[in-house]
Amino acid sequence: MRPAEFAALVFLGLAAMPVVSVAEDRIQATGSLGVVIERATGSVLVVDRANRAALNRIEGLGDLSHASLTYSPDERFAYVFARDGGLTKVDLVEGKIAARIVQAGNSIGGAISDDGKLVAVSNYEPGGVKVFDAGTLAPVADIPASGKTIGLVDVPGRRFAWAVWDSGEVFLGDFSGAEPRIEMIGNAGQMPFDAVLTDDAHTYLVGLFGEKGVTAFDLWSDRPEPRRFLTDYGKEGQDMPVYKMPHLQGWAFAEGQFALPAVGRHEILWVNRDSLEQVAATPVAGQPVFIIEQPASPYVWVNFALPDNDTVQVVDSRTHQVVDTLKPGKSILHMEFAPRGAEVWLSSRDDNKLVIIDTATRKQVAEIPAQSPSGIFFTNRAHQPGL
Amino acid sequence: MRSAPTLLALLAAWPALAGIPTDRAVELEHMLLQDCGSCHGLTRKGGLGRPLTRSALETMPSEVVVAIILDGIPDTAMPPWRPLLTEEEAAWIADYLKTKE
Ligand code: HEC
Repeated sequence: MRPAEFAALVFLGLAAMPVVSVAEDRIQATGSLGVVIERATGSVLVVDRANRAALNRIEGLGDLSHASLTYSPDERFAYVFARDGGLTKVDLVEGKIAARIVQAGNSIGGAISDDGKLVAVSNYEPGGVKVFDAGTLAPVADIPASGKTIGLVDVPGRRFAWAVWDSGEVFLGDFSGAEPRIEMIGNAGQMPFDAVLTDDAHTYLVGLFGEKGVTAFDLWSDRPEPRRFLTDYGKEGQDMPVYKMPHLQGWAFAEGQFALPAVGRHEILWVNRDSLEQVAATPVAGQPVFIIEQPASPYVWVNFALPDNDTVQVVDSRTHQVVDTLKPGKSILHMEFAPRGAEVWLSSRDDNKLVIIDTATRKQVAEIPAQSPSGIFFTNRAHQPGL
Repeated sequence: MRSAPTLLALLAAWPALAGIPTDRAVELEHMLLQDCGSCHGLTRKGGLGRPLTRSALETMPSEVVVAIILDGIPDTAMPPWRPLLTEEEAAWIADYLKTKE
């Protein structure tokens, strides 16, 4: 069989693929695996970076628009947070669902505690945070909120931080004792749309939609206080409509700077990590959604909201210049780098495929069929605080 | 595409929607589910934005829905879609939301 025929067979096979257990014929280590959300079909695709291939598809996870996931410390299980409140524990080794609950009406994301024992979910409807046993998914704690909770991250010491879209309040929850201790640590501002923890778990950054600015909380401090910055970006000129909320999970922390998406502006804003002063702005092709650092390099990659979501740009964090503009496919929703940065995987929702680009040449090296793919999550996330 | 036959059936049964060419209607349905869905949920049951199910919009007059789609809701995250949609297309979407489960 010629390679092309084989590829076609693989392609056809995938489209109608029965779920095959990865464990059947060989031992499957998980270090090069990943999980891709297939948002429209309520399924996830388990992929293998090493072979640039899809291993199997797992179905029945619910409404996966805006779904995300986090990994168990042993990289065996993915906890998938679905829009419809579903929390599914997927076993990558067995290729099947290990446990599943529907824990709320409408949820937005989640996190796993530093010790891997607790999984927390942030909910829109009814608003709040629920905490579950990572082994069994049995309920552990239920913390109601006055609105939609966003930006849930794990903080060292069996803690979680989150913010409330409706009120701007930011909370730190400590689950290390017999009873959870929940503390309001300050108000971030109007309509916080997402938040992120820096890789050193030092700063919790909360992005605002309802007013200009970003609010930083120093989580190394015993008394974290809100510190506002970027309060007056883009003063001149009209703001543009935002057709998709930026995501902060991939906020890049390159060259001693944060690279942040301007909201309502087609710009990346560069902020000095220590002084929180803006150092530069890079005009880009559209409203940035994800700005992600290419590991072990000076570059960040950015994708965009509608109508520029077929474009991806690469920006040099030293010069703040766009160095490349790519058109990898229709509706590029997410990008995930191999941990050492050699390649990047992109999801092209409307071309129903994953595109793999070599970061040295910035040329496509492979593609994998997938149904309306959105988030791509490699298992190395298991070892990073805040993810 | 799986949604095409339902859409065709809908179009045939519903002369009011005939103004939008079929392939554009397929695109609009896709956009409605996927792109409106990023804030309102793929099943329209709500997210950052309120639910857009048929029952949720029952009491809202079509003109209001069309106006919200085209001009957004100031000081909220609902953006104006006028740069991307014509008035006929917004009306098509409003009809879809108000009639289809
Ligand atoms: C970036 C997020 C976002 C996107 C994308 C979005 N919306 Fe909205 N929409 C909202 C929010 C938030 C509200 C609620 C505003 C408020 O607080 O009153 C809303 C409200 C609405 C309402 C009024 C509902 C009510 O009960 O008051 C309609 C109708 C609507 N949106 C239609 C649409 C359509 C159609 C699309 C796609 C063409 C769309 N929206 C895309 C965020 C969004």
